[in-house]
Amino acid sequence: MSDEKKLAIIATKGTLDWAYPPYILASTAAALGYQVEIFFTFYGLQLLKKNLNLKVSPLGNPGMPMPMGMDKWFPVIGTAIPGMESIMTIMMKQKMKSKGVASVGELRDLCIEAEVKLVACQMTVDLFDMNPKDFIDNLEFGGAATFFEFAGESDICLYI
Amino acid sequence: MANFDQELDASGLNCPLPILRAKKSLAGLSAGQVLHIIATDPGSVKDFEAFAKQTGNELQESREEGGKFYFLIKKG
Repeated sequence: MSDEKKLAIIATKGTLDWAYPPYILASTAAALGYQVEIFFTFYGLQLLKKNLNLKVSPLGNPGMPMPMGMDKWFPVIGTAIPGMESIMTIMMKQKMKSKGVASVGELRDLCIEAEVKLVACQMTVDLFDMNPKDFIDNLEFGGAATFFEFAGESDICLYI
Repeated sequence: MANFDQELDASGLNCPLPILRAKKSLAGLSAGQVLHIIATDPGSVKDFEAFAKQTGNELQESREEGGKFYFLIKKG
């Protein structure tokens, strides 16, 4: 259908918090009838791993809400303490679960089900010596030109 | 009493799950049939309006009662 709207997204980040915008927007757009393609590059490739082991870091992130007003009195250097990342990741996951926010894996499955096209940047795979077997099956590998083939005709194009 | 064909309980689910579940439920209905949705996400009020407008389905009713949100969407 040529009158179908198109959404093109470039996903560049590989943390738990930043995994949400591309998958939420893509799945919702698909539900609204958009044709969607996400191009995953650099750290964004973490969002395509079979085994999603995404983390959130408070380090260098003053906007991150911390429990018990910790962000008010906790020294910035404290966010660099070993184990802090794991603690914050566990807390974030618990919070999301309690608020009925879908997991990244669940949203990704919904995207796949809605036929969102997932494209992994071949150059990044080569650059970081990533093993293609670590990625989910429902994707293709491509380069910048592949992205523009779709993005050039898109109605909305986002860089995340 | 109920003037709908199918019911979807999206209570406890947050954005964008109520919309995605509704889309899936609507796919199983035929044109003219009505889906009743129950949600607890306050954001779903605006979202279902926007969803209906963009997908050509009709939002027949949107109401709040006892902290829950109820929607009737007629498949277009």
